[in-house]
Amino acid sequence: MSALTREETEALIQEVLEVYPEKAKKDRAKHLAVNDQAVEQSKKCITSNRKSLPGVMTIRGCAYAGSKGVVWGPIKDMIHISHGPVGCGQYSRAGRRNYYVGTTGVDTFGTMNFTSDFQEKDIVFGGDKKLAKLINEVELLFPLHRGISVQSECPIGLIGDDIEAVSKKGAKEIGKPIVPVRCEGFRGVSQSLGHHIANDAVRDWVLDARDGAPFESTPYDVSIIGDYNIGGDAWASRILLEEMGLRVVSQWSGDGTLAEMEKTPKVKLNLLHCYRSMNYISRHMEEKYGIPWLEYNFFGPTKIAESLRAIAAHFDDKIKEGAEKVIARYQPMMDAVIAKYKPRLGGKTVMLYVGGLRPRHVIGAYEDLGMEVTGTGYEFAHGDDYDRTIKEMGNATLLYDDVTGFELEEFVKKLNPDLVGSGIKEKYVFQKMGIPLRQMHSWDYSGPYHGYDGFAIFARDMDMAISSPTFKNLVPPWKKKSETEELKKAA
Amino acid sequence: MAKLRQAAIYGKGGIGKSTTTQNLVAALAEAGHKVMIVGCDPKADSTRLILHSKAQNSVMELAAEAGSVEDLELEDVLSVGFGGIKCVESGGPEPGVGCAGRGVITAINFLEEEGAYDEDLDFVFYDVLGDVVCGGFAMPIRENKAQEIYIVCSGEMMAMYAANNIAKGIVKYANSGGVRLAGLICNSRNTDREDELIIALAEKLGTQMIHFIPRDNAVQHAEIRRMTVIEFDPKHKQADEYRALASKIVNNKKFVIPTPITMDELEALLMEFGIMEVEDTTIIGKTAAELAAAAA
Repeated sequence: MSALTREETEALIQEVLEVYPEKAKKDRAKHLAVNDQAVEQSKKCITSNRKSLPGVMTIRGCAYAGSKGVVWGPIKDMIHISHGPVGCGQYSRAGRRNYYVGTTGVDTFGTMNFTSDFQEKDIVFGGDKKLAKLINEVELLFPLHRGISVQSECPIGLIGDDIEAVSKKGAKEIGKPIVPVRCEGFRGVSQSLGHHIANDAVRDWVLDARDGAPFESTPYDVSIIGDYNIGGDAWASRILLEEMGLRVVSQWSGDGTLAEMEKTPKVKLNLLHCYRSMNYISRHMEEKYGIPWLEYNFFGPTKIAESLRAIAAHFDDKIKEGAEKVIARYQPMMDAVIAKYKPRLGGKTVMLYVGGLRPRHVIGAYEDLGMEVTGTGYEFAHGDDYDRTIKEMGNATLLYDDVTGFELEEFVKKLNPDLVGSGIKEKYVFQKMGIPLRQMHSWDYSGPYHGYDGFAIFARDMDMAISSPTFKNLVPPWKKKSETEELKKAA
Repeated sequence: MAKLRQAAIYGKGGIGKSTTTQNLVAALAEAGHKVMIVGCDPKADSTRLILHSKAQNSVMELAAEAGSVEDLELEDVLSVGFGGIKCVESGGPEPGVGCAGRGVITAINFLEEEGAYDEDLDFVFYDVLGDVVCGGFAMPIRENKAQEIYIVCSGEMMAMYAANNIAKGIVKYANSGGVRLAGLICNSRNTDREDELIIALAEKLGTQMIHFIPRDNAVQHAEIRRMTVIEFDPKHKQADEYRALASKIVNNKKFVIPTPITMDELEALLMEFGIMEVEDTTIIGKTAAELAAAAA
């Protein structure tokens, strides 16, 4: 049950759209919808993956962000060169909390920034010579790296640097793979195309590296794809799979290695967490290697149990029993977590606005705590994401695609949720409005939130935000009429 | 000192822009004017006849060696040649890499910041690569740069087609800045009724044919020696043609916003002068073999 009726929510959308000029109103109206679980295809109610309107505050990223920041960046034993001017690499450096094990600067490089630092002369004369030099320097200074990816920034596409030729030549010289990625920021409408381009680069330059090579296989080999190990998410997921008897051959790109990517075509089942950013490569492996893939959700005990059973269904009874054992072992702990927090969080509402999968995947975790998600939306989703969202969200709740700063503020003012789950750009806007906000990109420097262990942390963090006394003290004492009067009376 | 006049020379590739510009500039220098040439072409061959050199060290080349343009001084890039003509080449990449347009932008910004134009100059001539392929090659005609444009052309169809296209480009910048079309320079290819044709085209574009330069081997003879005709053989009649062009440009008052014509109008003009046949639509898309079979 949503706080608002369908008619009220529709009226709210109309009210918010009212301020726009006619053309903008027409465009934005297509991106805002009242959820109706009966709708089969989301394209009938909401438009997505379209160019943002000039002049609105959108928080979308670019293709480079999607490739370097999301898909490639976390592969820890490779060196990812931000090819172009220094800013793209430097301002995205170490920003995403993709945890990894290793010695940074020796055998892992996740939080470092490698860039060709373009100068005017590189634009005019081309950056290919500099890239070739950079590859040699990387090899000399960091001999334990396992490969290089070249992440194109905008100017590369404009001046037509032949990064493929440089990569091929360099790879021969250093005897390690070099992957050119054409993820120039101006391509596409959001970071989403960057994910796709990055997936294609994995397909074309990495995945077939061990085709035909010997591999000691077991019937229980799986891979975790599209878990970026934010605050350790992939680790909290992996232990559950291993506990139920599966062998996780590869995990990427969070805490991932090039070797794991190369071995992925050897597994029996691909487990896909972030559908949006990695479905392309999963579909490719299904087509080429006949490996099925399964989208799973490890947020909150209800979804975890559902997912563990769905995964086990692809295997024999041993694994099915294993899944039941895992569920049985953790359920009492989860019950204790729920018993602790539900009395404080039950009935509270939350509005979400995040990226790839979380606008729908975390709904179950909130519901486990007795909370309700009254509005949700994606920065860069496609129709298939909303198809999946409609069923997760309650009827008459609010859906907003590529929401503008103005719209989200207005929606929050009207729906007045107890919590907003979004990013750093939204955090202080809403906290100053007196509404607690948890960052759902970075887990607000906490985490993991995946898996059973993650749920305990998730519940604690949400309680910490919602139950914080801070938000009751936003009005200074001298503005609290009743209190001053009482003080006077006492005096 | 009269106000500095800045002019840009455009025209189809290979039409003789650089040769014409350098001979013109030599004639201006001979007449006592202080002139500078800015080559805006990665080939960097806009100043060789003035400097008697193969190719001048360009701004971008020197900047790449030094690290960046900030590390350069004006005297590093400025050479003085025949008649005290100051020469600068923007330079740029070899074909197929990098961004030549950005090179032109960087070089011209550098010259401006270093005060290359503040000196005791009467004229600056920008010799620009064949087509205005991107914003970089339009740099010389943006605000505060060249105010008058001369298009070098001949009586050949593609040269006239290019001239009309350049006129279209000028319209865009004429509306946002002060740039004007100052005339067509006909560099003769000895085609039939060439002068009449270019005069007719000039009229349609709202401008003038400022001068008709006849074809003469003296130009090539001088060029082999990396010299202008003015310097190599000042008594030659071809030198007088360039002097005539120079004096017409000095006294030119006809600066217009051009009125480019449509493709159909251009074709009609070419047909009128017999350069283009009246279109025979039956032959379009037919191979030689097919036409032979049809004729038989």
